[in-house]
Amino acid sequence: MQVEDILTKSPGDKLFLLGNEAIVRGAFEAGVKIATTYPGTPSSEIGNTLFLLAKKCGIYFEFSVNEMVAFQIAAAAAATGVRAMTFMKHVGLNVAADALMSAAYTGTKGGFLIITADDPSMFSSQNEQDNRYYALFAGLPLLEPSNLEETKEMVKYALDLSEDLKLPVILRTTTRINHIRSGVTLGEIKMTPDKTSFIKNPSELVPIPSYAYQMHSRLIEKLKIAREFSEICHFNRIEKNSGESHAGVITSGVAYSYVKDAIDRLGLEIDILKLGFSIPLPEQLVNSFIEEHPIILVIEELEPILEKEVRVLIQKGNLKSSVLGKINGLTSRLYEFTPDLVEEALSKALNIKKMKPDAINISGLSLPPRPPVLCAGCPHRATFYEIKEAIREKKLKDVIFPSDIGCYTLGIQPPYQMVDYLLCMGSSVGTAGGFYRSTNQKVISFIGDSTFFHAGIPPLLNAVHNKHQFLLFILDNLTTAMTGHQPHPGSYMDGMGQEAPAVSLEEIVQGVGVKWLKVIDPYQVKESISVIKEALDYEGIAVIIARHACSLLDAKEKKKKGFWKTVTVNQDLCIKCMICINDFTCPAMTLSGDEVKIETSLCDGCGVCLDVCPDGAIKMGEK
Amino acid sequence: MKKDYLALILTGVGGQGILKAGNIIGEAAIKEGKDVILSEVHGMAQRGGSVLSEMKIGKAQSPLIKNGEADIILGFEPAEALRVLNKASSQTLMIINNNPIIPLTVSIGMASYPNLNSAYEKLKYQIKNFWVVDARSLALQTGRIITENIVLLGVLSAVPFFPLSPDNMRKMVEDSFPPAYKDLNLKAWSLGWEEGKKIKSQ
Repeated sequence: MQVEDILTKSPGDKLFLLGNEAIVRGAFEAGVKIATTYPGTPSSEIGNTLFLLAKKCGIYFEFSVNEMVAFQIAAAAAATGVRAMTFMKHVGLNVAADALMSAAYTGTKGGFLIITADDPSMFSSQNEQDNRYYALFAGLPLLEPSNLEETKEMVKYALDLSEDLKLPVILRTTTRINHIRSGVTLGEIKMTPDKTSFIKNPSELVPIPSYAYQMHSRLIEKLKIAREFSEICHFNRIEKNSGESHAGVITSGVAYSYVKDAIDRLGLEIDILKLGFSIPLPEQLVNSFIEEHPIILVIEELEPILEKEVRVLIQKGNLKSSVLGKINGLTSRLYEFTPDLVEEALSKALNIKKMKPDAINISGLSLPPRPPVLCAGCPHRATFYEIKEAIREKKLKDVIFPSDIGCYTLGIQPPYQMVDYLLCMGSSVGTAGGFYRSTNQKVISFIGDSTFFHAGIPPLLNAVHNKHQFLLFILDNLTTAMTGHQPHPGSYMDGMGQEAPAVSLEEIVQGVGVKWLKVIDPYQVKESISVIKEALDYEGIAVIIARHACSLLDAKEKKKKGFWKTVTVNQDLCIKCMICINDFTCPAMTLSGDEVKIETSLCDGCGVCLDVCPDGAIKMGEK
Repeated sequence: MKKDYLALILTGVGGQGILKAGNIIGEAAIKEGKDVILSEVHGMAQRGGSVLSEMKIGKAQSPLIKNGEADIILGFEPAEALRVLNKASSQTLMIINNNPIIPLTVSIGMASYPNLNSAYEKLKYQIKNFWVVDARSLALQTGRIITENIVLLGVLSAVPFFPLSPDNMRKMVEDSFPPAYKDLNLKAWSLGWEEGKKIKSQ
């Protein structure tokens, strides 16, 4: 399959799509004309796909500087009547939350879809917050798909619903939707206008207090209508079993698929109420299901949101059914579900003896952990090494390292161990001031280029004005690396793949009033160490931009040229001091017996280890 | 207890081409009109860390494989194959590419790499079908070590109960690469396929 197929294949064709690609096709079929995002796993490939296709299908797409701005752009476009969507990872919606709360009041004219990609089990995130709470919090309808066909259909349904209700609608996915693949049947692509004219209406679009007073009441009315929609929505359905069933399962999202498979496997005769349009809850439908089943099992990932609603309905209607869910310990609020976990919950609740698989077990087998690591040739590794050297030479002790969200968070691992505190995007800069004000320790903070644009500028400005003192590294690898190399405002390309003015990090840093700024190339080890030592002497805010392209981007260029150099170790010169292995720790260097070997398939030829080796035993070779 | 699908696990290390391999199998399944669902690992987990793809070919709703449920475990790296033994049963076919990739935790002395021969010996008592292959050497015969994943797809295609036709798998490999890399990967697939047939007949 080519990525173009997502746009060009005909209705009725079936493609093997990633969940995020199914969302893009859904947006085409729904006639979305404006799409915005800030990249974040597990939502990133929605943007990566739009980056390649937007221009070809008349969509304006941008990688915005952060989720707040992405949200604002989509909201305004939708307010004019154009169909718009904004998408982000779950914590991205925290960044956009201020706008989200108001958007529920102002409503929308054109369809406005907000996609939040939640990450139960935290495969690539700092928490596993359940963003269904945002729908309850803001007062917005929410859909949660269970498979990819449904995901694509929900994108379309949500945009129609949004226009019908004049309200933004949230589609909440989880990693096991975004990052699964399956066959998805394509539908017709809808034609919608990409430009319209904005009709002013301050009393509905400007939430000053006197207007907001009315808006809140209108929102509550809209939610009443939304509930009527959810009562009849085909994404909410009762699946009756052939037999008589005392117990019924209420489930949503990907948990539904585990329930279905477990029921098949165990041969259970049990009814299911599957909720896809779960907020506002279709109360009549749920009530009727509760009335028919003395035992209700609620199987939902993360927070007991449906379960609490079900318990309220039972109390309100004076119903007799008993509920089993998270609140009484059937499942946990922690982590994503697995087929085993759901099968166990069903077995426990229904008193079924489970067949145990014949477990395979090798006694005494202990496997080495294999955490993700900085790539061979990663400029961040060189920077970390150089800072360690500079600190050692300056004899500094107890340096505090606030860090940020990006590949460099991997610097938490030995031997670098240079991540001491982390809250969220941009927190390296804000928290540095807190450490400066509350300790006498030296503070060295790390933030990536894209993260600095996203959330690092206001805290740096704040630090200048309030006279905090720390050394800030902007680790500039010229891309948004961790999420798959998306462009950012410092790039010469925008989200449409077109040439764009690159915003200068230096000008921003100087513009907010930083007086000490130097740029290093971390591949130049000796020069970098000497600049870092100088910065450590400065009393005030020192900023070092450590600039070198992400080695994965570099590798692409090298592969295009067809050759690149790799290093070799001269075993006669090597005195086995192990500095390269123990202090630099590149994945292309391995220990074979007591000899350092280079794994040439991994070596990137960055050559930094040549400067790390004190004996000149590492040489650059040809490949 | 019924099961209308084949549960397949692809496991190894980030950079070994596991996502690509899973894609090729999935596209081949769609082409044969079969249902297929694949769960991948993206993002932070990919940077040289363990990579696990779970796949079901046939009628299944959920993307994840239960403990003991895997019909085939295709291990691109030995330690990573051993890491998912909880998904195996005595009925599982275990295919292991016998080429360790030493994790950094081992290089810097924080952990040790398991003794593979002794692990294999113990496994052979518990698992009926156990294939050890050297995909790296076969890949090197094509001139490019990067074709290791396609060699393993060739081996997989030779599994008697693998539900997709070898011709279709071969065609899908051919269709999945730009012209300059087609022959290379077709050769890799064929080398794996021959190797698989050889093991099967033993």
